[in-house]
Amino acid sequence: MDQFNITKAPTVYDAVIVGSGAGGGMAAYILTKAGAKVLMLEAGGYYDPADPKYITQLKWPYESPRRGASTPLRSGGDFDAAWGGWDIEGEPYSSKAGTEFHWFRSRMLGGRTNHWGRISLRFGPDDFRRKSLTGVGDDWPIGYEDLKPFYDKTDRLIGVFGTNLPDFPNEPDGYFLPPPKPRLHELMLQKAGKSIGVPVVPSRLSILTQPINKERGQCFYCHQCNRGCQAYADFSSSSVLVIPAVKTGNLTLQNHAMVREVLTDQRTGLATGVSYVDTVTLQEVSVRAKTVILGASTCESARLLLNSKSPRFPNGLANSSGVIGKYLNDSTGAGRSAFIPALMDRKRYNEDGVGGMHVFTPWWLDNKKLDFPRGYHIEYGGGMGMPGYGFGGGVENLNGQIPGRDGKMKPGGGYGASLKDDMRRFYGAYVGMSGRGEPVPLESNYCEIDPNGVDKYGIPTLRFHYKWSDYEVKQAKHMQDTFEEIIHAMGGIPLGRKPGPEQNYGLAAPGRIIHEVGTVRMGNDPSKSALNKFQQAHDVKNLFVVDAAPFVSQGDKNVTWTILASSMRTSEYLIDQVKQKNI
Amino acid sequence: MKRRDSLKAISISSLGLAVGPAEAAVPEPAPKPPIKIPGGRLKEEAERDARLNAEKFFTPHELQTVTVLSDIIIPADTRSGSASQAGVPAFIEFMMKDQPRSQTPMRGGLRWIDNVCTKRYGKPFAQCTKAQQIELVDQIAFPSKVAPDMTQGAAFFSQLRNLVMTGFYTSKMGIEDLGYMGNVPNQWNGVPDDVLKQYGLSYEPSKAEEARK
Ligand SMILES: Cc1cc2nc3c(=O)[nH]c(=O)nc-3n(C[C@H](O)[C@H](O)[C@H](O)COP(=O)(O)OP(=O)(O)OC[C@H]3O[C@@H](n4cnc5c(N)ncnc54)[C@H](O)[C@@H]3O)c2cc1C
Ligand code: SF4
Repeated sequence: MDQFNITKAPTVYDAVIVGSGAGGGMAAYILTKAGAKVLMLEAGGYYDPADPKYITQLKWPYESPRRGASTPLRSGGDFDAAWGGWDIEGEPYSSKAGTEFHWFRSRMLGGRTNHWGRISLRFGPDDFRRKSLTGVGDDWPIGYEDLKPFYDKTDRLIGVFGTNLPDFPNEPDGYFLPPPKPRLHELMLQKAGKSIGVPVVPSRLSILTQPINKERGQCFYCHQCNRGCQAYADFSSSSVLVIPAVKTGNLTLQNHAMVREVLTDQRTGLATGVSYVDTVTLQEVSVRAKTVILGASTCESARLLLNSKSPRFPNGLANSSGVIGKYLNDSTGAGRSAFIPALMDRKRYNEDGVGGMHVFTPWWLDNKKLDFPRGYHIEYGGGMGMPGYGFGGGVENLNGQIPGRDGKMKPGGGYGASLKDDMRRFYGAYVGMSGRGEPVPLESNYCEIDPNGVDKYGIPTLRFHYKWSDYEVKQAKHMQDTFEEIIHAMGGIPLGRKPGPEQNYGLAAPGRIIHEVGTVRMGNDPSKSALNKFQQAHDVKNLFVVDAAPFVSQGDKNVTWTILASSMRTSEYLIDQVKQKNI
Repeated sequence: MKRRDSLKAISISSLGLAVGPAEAAVPEPAPKPPIKIPGGRLKEEAERDARLNAEKFFTPHELQTVTVLSDIIIPADTRSGSASQAGVPAFIEFMMKDQPRSQTPMRGGLRWIDNVCTKRYGKPFAQCTKAQQIELVDQIAFPSKVAPDMTQGAAFFSQLRNLVMTGFYTSKMGIEDLGYMGNVPNQWNGVPDDVLKQYGLSYEPSKAEEARK
């Protein structure tokens, strides 16, 4: 870098949006459709799942020299639609001694919505008032009724399949496309679940099993949503929100723009725009806007605010409460897999289906009768899938447990004709299950600016401090017991050893489930929260956060559908406030 | 003339520029030849793959040993070909460069096998008779039965078997052997009727659907 220029772009935009994922994408869509002139800054490159330059969908494993294994440039493997992942070169983060946090980032248009699991669950009424119901945690400043109209609109705008579940009051109704029929192992799961009182019902995924408009096609059942869909038949922020927003003519999209800080007018205390580094030329650029909207993802938005220090905002912007970074929380997760002898030697047919489970188990028990205060749902996998990197690995731990065609047991491992025969018999005879649960958010779980760290652009980096509490460990134990019950009810053989207390019952390390929320809390009390109930900063009225950072808690649901609905709500509120000349 | 010398020469003679020793000591990188970026790859990925493909890991003898072992693990039969016919040794070669942490266990494991064979049979593994090769493999292919002095061999064999399995079953030949029928646009209409019948299962309408009727 030879010259260090600050270029002031002359235009003053109505709004600048940082980040193009679920939250940023929805805000861009709503605001540009309403006629606002918006600038979107995205740190990663351009991506369009329908452009052959980027397509990995329908490729065969042998089209990759590593057969789809992961690389430092793509944690999810060669065919996955997430550029980046657990580690990004030149953009480090750290954890405080004795604690752990893993942070998955995608650097591209659409962020992590290009490869996400498409599991699209509304929060239910109870998810907004956990403190009132259980005495632990905190209530939200809004209730289900506040978000319901926006969930409804999100369902219809983006499309989601599923069914109403009248037996589950905390799984609200929606506008659902028809769900795909269960696969064979999913029918077996339903039957097994019924016998032990674990409900297994149609899942809710944002995939178009029917066309909903002319811009997007219909699912053709390739099971590869994580690669991005060239038919736009699943939800990615890139294809469904940002590209249509660009088409309005009102969105200026700037890729390779890594925002460094939010700029403020020290006299009025209002946000005036942001400054960013162009990651290609390394030029420093400042842009001006009447409103600043952060959708950089939970931890990045906190980082941006904490890094936006000035004499008027010495603790970082919008942080007079000191709460920014605190209450970071991720879903809990634990899993188990099994071999199902009844599925050996299966008849072959195309069982790909959609890019995810066709059935799932919503939380079905009452925490009042249990020794942990929050619930979880169960996601299922299995079927005759396309072999990928890792296929056939660890066979020595399995084939010693299954009698051969002659009915005799043989030692695990082996080689040659009998090994080849085992592979044919075993193909498609596995199921996997993963619990995804709600943790209790704690003030002591947080991210902060690392006093010693900078990224390659010189932007101070994050340091995490995160430990699970007993609540989450007990929940994981319950998950493991349930998994075994389901497996036994299916006549299956659980694989690997059941994780015990010494491994926290298989509870995944914090961050691993990639549903982090909570670092820029909303609330009614400005001394305990950074944002009001419209996700607008208490301290800076023209500053909004539209990712999952504002969420007080995360329900036993995956969070993205709620990011979309609440970003839509905040965007409509902003339009309204501008009309009323309050901003 | 090396680039560094040429810089010095330029600075002193023709242009009279003051190129300090520190600057001259850090020559500019040679320009990279333009690289073709296949669909679905980032430029950085295409560059990385090209770099790995230009490297060589296995010696010819090692590659020969890997090939013999791979075909013992996955031999040809009436339904499909062998590991080497499916290109598995080349896949393993690539993986050694792609995931360098595998290199020492692989290279050392091959050496371990050759060492045992030389002691026992007077020849490295690849040059032993088929019967001798199988005699050795039988002692390392079943981790639960392995003798205490052969455990390193068993660990190596499991590592190699994992690579061979993935390499074979992700090849066109292996995928056809398994009978995977997807990765094509289609309409999912549920499990075929004869399969439902075989397992005694059906698509009952759910309670909710019944209530709506
Ligand atoms: C493997 C996987 C599976 C998942 N499955 C599900 C699921 O099934 N259901 C579900 O609900 N959720 C799922 N999630 C989570 C889901 O992806 C996230 O909740 C969602 O993408 C978050 O949206 P976001 O807008 O907050 O941020 P992101 O999608 O992370 O987007 C943020 C964007 O901001 C950009 N950015 C960051 N910092 C800056 C900066 N300083 N300047 C400019 N740009 C910046 C980033 O490059 C990125 O593009 C999954 C995630 C992963 C990784
Ligand atoms: S499963 Fe359907 S929606 Fe998903 S990528 Fe394939 S065709 Fe697209």
